[in-house]
Amino acid sequence: MYNAISRSQVYVLDQDQALYFYVDTLGLEVATDADLGFMRWLTVRVPGDPVREILLERPGPPAMDEGTATQVRELLTKGACAGSLFLTTDDARATFETLRSRGVDITDEPAERPYGIDFGIRDPFGNHIRIGQMFEVPA
Amino acid sequence: MEDTNRRLLRARDAIDRRYREPLAVEHLASVACLSRAAFIRSFAATFGETPHRYLQRRRIERAMYLLRTTDRSVTDVCMEVGFSSLGTFSRTFTEIVGESPSRFRGRGRVDDVPSWFVGRWTRPSTFGEAPERGDP
Repeated sequence: MYNAISRSQVYVLDQDQALYFYVDTLGLEVATDADLGFMRWLTVRVPGDPVREILLERPGPPAMDEGTATQVRELLTKGACAGSLFLTTDDARATFETLRSRGVDITDEPAERPYGIDFGIRDPFGNHIRIGQMFEVPA
Repeated sequence: MEDTNRRLLRARDAIDRRYREPLAVEHLASVACLSRAAFIRSFAATFGETPHRYLQRRRIERAMYLLRTTDRSVTDVCMEVGFSSLGTFSRTFTEIVGESPSRFRGRGRVDDVPSWFVGRWTRPSTFGEAPERGDP
């Protein structure tokens, strides 16, 4: 019935700041950055993966009223409605060191789990991002 | 409000990361750019519990995980998650979870789903009483 998950969305408070974080700091690339008039459609993706994009959306009118947007921003910044992204890498520890050297907020350091080695970071707005080096699952 | 929330979240993340260590309130307050008193007050207003209580729940959540995924002794688990007294650990565990560490261990192993989510959802609530527990 379905082919893929093609787009996911997280809220950000500032799209320029989000662009800098997700591209220059995290290492993703811009998929689309278009002014639609009513909104800025800004998506990023993992280089080499044309299928999956993440929409970096700013909460506010006309999609929602200002009062609701204020609530979303408050919840986002305290980590309560923040989205979660899961990225995979070939080397979690090396990626961790790279991101730490770039001053990223770390939630937890690399640790070996039953399914792989993973660690957590936050974007500048409170969204939680997990980065994992997954073990191969036996067929 | 948003800036303060984000700084408090950064401090809460530091508690999550260093849960084995004693609570460094002055350091956490500096992470949040607040005085000690303002930090404790703002943390409680934002997250619904004091930094100390949050640390307790974080430690107990890790203890719950270790009890159900390893064969380490209760004393070992107690020390691993940052308690220095087995009595305090057992009392805190029982108060928060509603049953003793040994009894909780009898509930069996947990499935291998991403640990961060397990931690988030198995962390015992601070916002209600310890649930009534039936027999394992």
